[in-house]
Amino acid sequence: MSSAKKNTVVYEARIEHVQILDEQGNLDAEQAKGTLTDAEVVELYEWMTICRHYDEIAFKLQRSGRMGTYPQNKGQEAGPAGAGLAIRKSSPDNWLVPCYRENIALFLNGLPMEKILLHWMGDERGNQIPDGVNILPISIPIGTHPLHAAGIAWALKYRRKDAVAVAFFGDGATSEGDVHEACNFAGALGLPCVFFCQNNFWAISVPRKRQTASETFAQKGLAYGHKCVQIDGNDIFASYKVMRDAIEFVKTQGRPVFIEAVTYRLGDHTTADDARRYRDEDELASWVSKDPLIRTRKHLEKKGLWDDAKQAALAARAKQHVDGVVKRAEGIEPPTVDDIFDYTFATLPEELEVQKRTLRTSGLGQAPEQERLRSTP
Amino acid sequence: MANLTLVQAINLALTQEMEADDRVIILGEDVGKNGGVFRVTEGLQQRFGEDRVVDTPLAESGIIGTAIGLAIAGLRPVPEIQFEGFLGPAYDQIVNHAARYRTRSRGSVTVPLTIRVPVGGGIHAPELHSDSPEAIYAHTPGIKVVMPSSPYDAKGLLISAIRDPDPVIFFEPKRIYRAFREEVPEDEYTIPIGKAKVVESGTDITVISWGATVLQCVEAMDSLPDDLSVELIDLRTIYPIDADTIVESVQKTGRCVVACEAPKTASMAAEIATIIQERCFLHLKAPVQRVCGFDTVMPYYKLELEYLPDAKRIAEGVVQCAGY
Repeated sequence: MSSAKKNTVVYEARIEHVQILDEQGNLDAEQAKGTLTDAEVVELYEWMTICRHYDEIAFKLQRSGRMGTYPQNKGQEAGPAGAGLAIRKSSPDNWLVPCYRENIALFLNGLPMEKILLHWMGDERGNQIPDGVNILPISIPIGTHPLHAAGIAWALKYRRKDAVAVAFFGDGATSEGDVHEACNFAGALGLPCVFFCQNNFWAISVPRKRQTASETFAQKGLAYGHKCVQIDGNDIFASYKVMRDAIEFVKTQGRPVFIEAVTYRLGDHTTADDARRYRDEDELASWVSKDPLIRTRKHLEKKGLWDDAKQAALAARAKQHVDGVVKRAEGIEPPTVDDIFDYTFATLPEELEVQKRTLRTSGLGQAPEQERLRSTP
Repeated sequence: MANLTLVQAINLALTQEMEADDRVIILGEDVGKNGGVFRVTEGLQQRFGEDRVVDTPLAESGIIGTAIGLAIAGLRPVPEIQFEGFLGPAYDQIVNHAARYRTRSRGSVTVPLTIRVPVGGGIHAPELHSDSPEAIYAHTPGIKVVMPSSPYDAKGLLISAIRDPDPVIFFEPKRIYRAFREEVPEDEYTIPIGKAKVVESGTDITVISWGATVLQCVEAMDSLPDDLSVELIDLRTIYPIDADTIVESVQKTGRCVVACEAPKTASMAAEIATIIQERCFLHLKAPVQRVCGFDTVMPYYKLELEYLPDAKRIAEGVVQCAGY
C-alpha cells in the first residue's frame, strides 16, 4: 500500500453482453463463426420443442391429479440448451449441478427424461442417477447446491481431470449466502467451476430489483475473481459459445467464470403459483415475442432448413416421444416401503432394521424377554 | 505403542489414513500451515502438501458444502469445523444435504464425509466455544455421530469414521485433548461405530456417559461406597446408539444414571431413558436418573464448572438412584 498514490483507480471492470441470434432470428455471422453447426441448431431446436411439449404435458398431468407440483421451464430453454450442448461436447467427465429449470441441459447430458417427471410425482427414483451420468439430482432448496459444484470442481482439480463442474441457479439464489460462499471458494481456490445464473426476473413473486441493487447479476462474480459475462439467455448461439469458451477458460486459466443468462419465466413459478397476482401482463407480453423457440425457428427458416411440414413432423414426434416418457414414468412399479429405510445408510443400524421389519416405532412387543418376565410372576 | 494425548492420537489416525489412501484430504480454517487452533493437524500439510491439507476461506457452510461435493466426486474429505458453536452456519449443508443425498438419490449419490469438531466445555473458552449439540445431529436421519473419551478410542473410531461410506460427525471433547496420555498402538486399528464400551463391570447400578464426562464418572466412582458395584458404560458412538449394551446392563442392575454435558431436555440422556423404559421396564428398581447440563444457554467460563456435571453431582445422582 505504501507505494500506491492517493486517489488512483485500483479496480475497473466491464461486463460484456453477448447476443448472437436476435429476436427476429437474425444471426451475427461473425460471432456465430465456429459455433453451432446447422445440424446442431436443428438438434437444439428439436430438443427445445420437445421440452416445451414436455412442460405442457407435465402441466396437464398436475392439473389432472397425476403428478404433484411442477415448475415449468417454459421460455428458459435456450440458455441451458446451448450450455448443455457445450458441456456435453467438451468432456464426458464434466458435471452438471442443477436447480430445477434446466431440464433440457440434463436431458442433453444423458438424464433419462422420465426421471424429472418421477421426481415431481413424489418418487425418489427420479433422483436415482444412472451410472456414468455426471449429474446431481435437481435441487429444491435455493442456492445451496452451487457449493456441491464447487466441491466437485475441487475434486476434478485434485485428480487433474480435464473437466469442469457447472452450477445452474437463478437470480433469487444469488441472495443466498451459500452462493456467495460457493463463488468465493471457487475463486479463492482456483476451482474449475462455471456458475450459470439464469436471471428470469422473478423469484416466485419477488422481482429481480428486490433481490439486488447490482446493475447486473454477472458483476457479482467480479468480487470473487471470476471472469464475468452476461448473455441473451434466449439465444442458443450465445449460450453455446459462452459456455464453450467458459469451460476452456476455467481449464486453462484456473479461474471460475460467472455467466448471467438474461431470460424470462413465461410460466408461473410452479403449478401451485399464479403469477397474475404479482406480475404485469404487459411485461409478460413483451417477453413472449422474445421466446427462444420463435427466434430459432425464424433463423432456421431463413437458412432454408425449416418449413411447416418439418414443424408438423416435429410436433408429432414430440408428442410421441413425450407420450413414451409419461408411460415410462407412470408405468414404473410402485415403490416399496422398504425404500424408505434402505438408503438411509449403506448398512442399516439395528434400530432401523427393527422399524423396517415391524413398521412400528412403539417399544411394546420389541423386547420379548420382557414379555416372558411379565407372564411368569 | 506410544504414550499419546487425544490430540496426538487423532493426528496419528489422520496421518495413517492419509498415507494409506490418497482420497483422504483435510480442509478447514487454519488446518494447514497453522496445524489447527488445537494443533490436531500439526505437521500434516508439511508432510502431505497443500493439495491435501487445505486452508479454506473462513466459511463453515462453504467448508461442509464443498466437502460434500468432494465426497460425491469420490474423495474422502475430512473437514474440520473449528468449534461446535460454529456448526450453525453449516447446519443446512449437514442436515439437508450430507445426510440426505443417499436416500434422496436412492443410493446413486453418496457422501463419505467425516466432520471433525471440537466439542464441550471446561477449557475457559470464549462464547460459543463450549456447547454440546450431539443430540441435534443424532436426531438427524442419515448422519452418524461419534464422541471418543480417550486417545485409544479416538484413533480407532476416527479411522472407522473416515472409512465409513456415510457422513460422520466426529466430536472431539476439547477438555480432554491434552488432559492425559494413554498407550496407543502404532498400527492402524478400528473401533466399530455403533458399539459402546463397558469401562467397568458392576452389578448394582449402570452409569452411562460419553465424551469428557466419562472421566467425571470415573472420578465420581472414587467417592462412592465400596460395596456399591457400578457398571460404567462409555457410549463411544452417539448414533447409531448401542441399545443392546445399555439394555443388557440395565436388565442386570435395574438402575441407571446417565451423565452428559448437554442440556437435559431432549438430550441423548432422554433417548437412553426411553430405550430403558421400553426394553427394561420390568427390570427397573428405580427411575432413570439424568445428570446433565441445565436447560440454559451454556454460561461464559466463570460459571461453566457450575454448569457442567462434575464428579460430585454425578456421585449424588448415583447415590440417590442406588438408594431409591
